[in-house]
Amino acid sequence: MRNFIIRRLLYAIPTLIGISIITFVIVRLSPGDPIRFFVFGQRDITGEDIERLRHAYGLDKPIPLQYVDWLIAMVQLNFGQSFIYHQDAFQLLLGRVPATLQLAVVALALQLLVGVPLGVIAALKRGTWSDGMIRVFGVAGHAVPAFWLGLVLIIVFAVQLRWLPSQGMLTVGKDVWDLPDRLRHILLPAFVLSLTGIANYSRILRTETLDVLSQDFVRTAHAKGLHERTVVFVHALRNALIPVVTALGGILAGLVGGALVVEQVFSWPGVGQFTFQAAIAKDYPIVQAATMFVSALLVASYLLRDIAYAIVDPRIKAG
Amino acid sequence: MATNTATIRVPTAAEAILLRPPRSLWSNAWYKLRHDRLTMIAFGILLLLALLSAAADLFAQNVFNYTFEKQDLLNTYQKPTFDPPAYLLGSDEIGRSQVVRLLYGGRVSLAVGFVAALVNLTVGVTIGLTAGYFRGRIDDLFTWFVTTLNSIPTIFLLLIFAAIWEPGPVTLTIVIGLLFWTGISLYVRGQTFALREREFVVAAKTIGAKPTRIMFKHILPNILPLIFVLAAIDIGAIILTESALSYLGLGILPPTPSWGNLLTNATSYFVRAWWLVVSPGVLIFLTVLCLYLIGDGLRDALDPRLKAEK
Repeated sequence: MRNFIIRRLLYAIPTLIGISIITFVIVRLSPGDPIRFFVFGQRDITGEDIERLRHAYGLDKPIPLQYVDWLIAMVQLNFGQSFIYHQDAFQLLLGRVPATLQLAVVALALQLLVGVPLGVIAALKRGTWSDGMIRVFGVAGHAVPAFWLGLVLIIVFAVQLRWLPSQGMLTVGKDVWDLPDRLRHILLPAFVLSLTGIANYSRILRTETLDVLSQDFVRTAHAKGLHERTVVFVHALRNALIPVVTALGGILAGLVGGALVVEQVFSWPGVGQFTFQAAIAKDYPIVQAATMFVSALLVASYLLRDIAYAIVDPRIKAG
Repeated sequence: MATNTATIRVPTAAEAILLRPPRSLWSNAWYKLRHDRLTMIAFGILLLLALLSAAADLFAQNVFNYTFEKQDLLNTYQKPTFDPPAYLLGSDEIGRSQVVRLLYGGRVSLAVGFVAALVNLTVGVTIGLTAGYFRGRIDDLFTWFVTTLNSIPTIFLLLIFAAIWEPGPVTLTIVIGLLFWTGISLYVRGQTFALREREFVVAAKTIGAKPTRIMFKHILPNILPLIFVLAAIDIGAIILTESALSYLGLGILPPTPSWGNLLTNATSYFVRAWWLVVSPGVLIFLTVLCLYLIGDGLRDALDPRLKAEK
């Protein structure tokens, strides 16, 4: 097991290097001079000043050298100063992490708590009306544009019914620890963010449960005279849940990507919204810090997924 | 006498399948598809949407008598009505016809979806075949690149690219195509791994066939059926991504209409005109749903292993 984890950790290094190259290239080779954005609106700047700034930021060196400089700084979590806020980009980004984390955790919980039971119910009631409905939902849930669903929910629940707030994390002026208020704010965005995952899990669990239920050990359990509930929840479900672990990597990627759009719709002050605004403003240090941060997070989650999978299913280690 | 009774005997169900004229994979799939009502309906709706969008000019001139840019400041935020037909789905903040704009938007959104899918299928299949066939160093490089690309959320990469490089519709379509090929190529690579050891490939190699010929003439036809399945799902995913990007103001930019960018201003006027928010979203949803259903239907029809189950 230890060797497996070490090998898997070593595999992550080339991936991270690859990500850093893409992150660097997409920003550094972009049209336009970053210095221009940096000095935008300052009239008394001379060409000489621009040259000095370019030198100060190392922008006059060849591109591969700039990459190495950038990489060395990045490993020390130094992505440079934000062009707009004139503060450390990584620190600014970290400030936005808790908001996204809250949203992602609630969405993930919703996905598991709703998606898994839906799939199991569909499998147990195979061929019935409720199975049909859940299967339709399993496909339709993938096909809904999340940002549009967000808009529709805002129209219905915030504008028409006035039940829930449409924007932000909490009502201005309320106490930061006002939990009911926070809950009301997180409900709509978390639901929108979780929809694809709910659909995904319900599909996976339906197929898996059906597969497991047709296996010999389930028949044996039945033949032993065990209660139906024991067979389903103790024998079948435990095995059907293995793919939930495997799917988690993809689901997390979906959450991170989805959060970018959802945060925009609901003005949720998280990493996604921050990155979006930075990208629009061409605030490169923040864009680079965010891309590296999010991707490193995904690499770590794929890593954890593989390790968890190896624990759940010992056959993996051999392969 | 004994032979006589044998000829009279009614064939069993299994024998009946053996006795009927042989069907190829494709004709068999087509036979199954025709009897799969849901898939056929989905196909019909998609075709209808595509035809309506393709004929946007005709409809705008003859049915609605309203051009795409035509404004009417006296009739802003009109509710959906049959009179005049141009306001069938209402009018927007400067009196433009929503239905005409949707038709033109459909043209762009569908085109982006199909063209980008074509790009990523070409790239994905070629790279997947190459990595799977040659293995070794090439495959290591492939695995590294795919893992890297998969570790950056696609929408993140796309958004940053769009914001910083400000590409036009054509460039954007190609870039989307170039970002979405990993899933397909992983699948093709896996299949190629298995197929390259089979007898017919060994036979082809023995008579001196070149790698490209083996990959495209012998291996590819065996993978093709499920590539169609992946393609349908792929187009759906691309249309969704494009619409989100355009909604955020970074994809297809006005004045070129797309279903996504018709929703961009929606946030500011939905209190007055909710119908403007509903229609583009419903069209995106319907299109993507149809594509996913077609993907599912094709999978059932083309995968012979599923025969026993249904």
